[in-house]
Amino acid sequence: MTAHFFREMERLHRDILSMCSTVEELICDALDGLRQGRAELSSELSGRDREVDVWDIRIEEECLKILALYHPVANDLRRVMVVMKIAGELERVADLAVSISERSSAISRYGDFPMPGQLGDMAKEALTMLHDSIDSFVEQDANRAREVCARDDLVDQLNDHLIREVVDVMKQKPELIEPAMHLFSVIRHVERVADHATNIAEDVVYMVEGAIIRHPRLPRNAGGLLAFLDS
Amino acid sequence: MVAIREISRPSASLNAMSTPAGPVLRVPPAVAGVNRDQDMSSHADAINARRMNFYYGENQVLFDVSLTVPERSVTALIGPSGCGKSTFLRTLNRMNDLIEGTRCTGELLVQGQNIMDPSVDVVLLRKHVGMVFQKSTPFPKSIFENVAYGPRVAGEKNRAVLAELVESCLRKAALWEEVRDRLNDSAMALSGGQQQRLCIARTLATNPQIILMDEPASALDPASTARIEDLIGELCSQYTIVIVTHNMQQASRVSHQTAFFFEGRLIEVGPTTRIFTSPAQKKTQDYITGRFG
Repeated sequence: MTAHFFREMERLHRDILSMCSTVEELICDALDGLRQGRAELSSELSGRDREVDVWDIRIEEECLKILALYHPVANDLRRVMVVMKIAGELERVADLAVSISERSSAISRYGDFPMPGQLGDMAKEALTMLHDSIDSFVEQDANRAREVCARDDLVDQLNDHLIREVVDVMKQKPELIEPAMHLFSVIRHVERVADHATNIAEDVVYMVEGAIIRHPRLPRNAGGLLAFLDS
Repeated sequence: MVAIREISRPSASLNAMSTPAGPVLRVPPAVAGVNRDQDMSSHADAINARRMNFYYGENQVLFDVSLTVPERSVTALIGPSGCGKSTFLRTLNRMNDLIEGTRCTGELLVQGQNIMDPSVDVVLLRKHVGMVFQKSTPFPKSIFENVAYGPRVAGEKNRAVLAELVESCLRKAALWEEVRDRLNDSAMALSGGQQQRLCIARTLATNPQIILMDEPASALDPASTARIEDLIGELCSQYTIVIVTHNMQQASRVSHQTAFFFEGRLIEVGPTTRIFTSPAQKKTQDYITGRFG
């Protein structure tokens, strides 16, 4: 490969790292806003989400350019593919950050609405998963990425518990159905953030090891997956 | 299909060549193309090299090479210049015998028979294991005579049989439509790409089971290269093809399995899709990603 190719790859790496840090800050601020009941945050976050959309398009264009002009293979190919996928995951995390801030804003209008204590635990875990998945990408550390994937179960458990709690609130206090619905959405959004972190971590394992670990029950031998799909 | 075990009995094979029911005269199947995800495990071994070493005088150029090539598949040999891939290719029909001072050890089974056995008739072997070279090498004869030459030398005199054979081979080589009205013109007047396809047709005329190709498209323009690659995709439904190429994208486009050679050793062999997405060896990865070579 030429020096041009390596320069393009370096630029792509810099850009995806910039997008990572922008999105991490965005989701951190959204969850802080939820905790602090800051109603004014959503418009600011919407503006920053548009920046993320620009990164998303730019990175996709860079990836397409590299694929078209340099035809990378092996680890280079896997890296380009994974960067393109991670950009997509991050873009959705940024959208969720905006949605969380909008729901927070709506909830804040009900000043005495009780926020469940474990929501903070769930948000913290989802944020840590996102942070660690990005770190595993930067460090090309498949083991760390696998640890992130394993932690998604904890978030799922917290999600189930919190959803049950919110449903109980709605049953017991019908006058709180509206804020409870907003909270319901917040919980689902936080759970989705953890899912996106898991997707990123799975992509990192593919980038480092060349193994697709999504859907582990599907056959993996050469031709086996295609045979499975054809059947 | 004529078993290569019959190599020791040339007359039987020669008679089989002109039999109308022979594979050469079959109507070519619809374009199959190379399905690189095809599971080749059910295909019998066409070639089985075991611990092969090769020497030019005192200079050893192949070290313990073991490689299996399934029947009716395309195997690409890649690697930097001087890595031994062309030497290995030429051992498969003992073309290296023509170079003085060469020596080969190990076992090389072609359809079950060790072709390094001194009793093997190499002329007949090369009929079963044909070769297409980097530079097209048409004879300074007509298009018809280029294709008919091999069968004629093998004893076929019947003009009608030869005409049928020539048409069949030119069709298989995807050249018939371009030359059908000028079969008696000189082959030297054809374009480079057409000449190369004529050489492939000439190879097919001797009814081979295995076709070796040494950078068959490296001197051709992109359109002619694409035609040769398409042709490889069609031929592999009937023939076993081993191709040496410096063009990594060509290897990835046309082959079922790829073997990477480096400094005379086979570093890695596997399904082409895997080699080009997740090679197991760092050296393979470094080569195909252009880190060296």
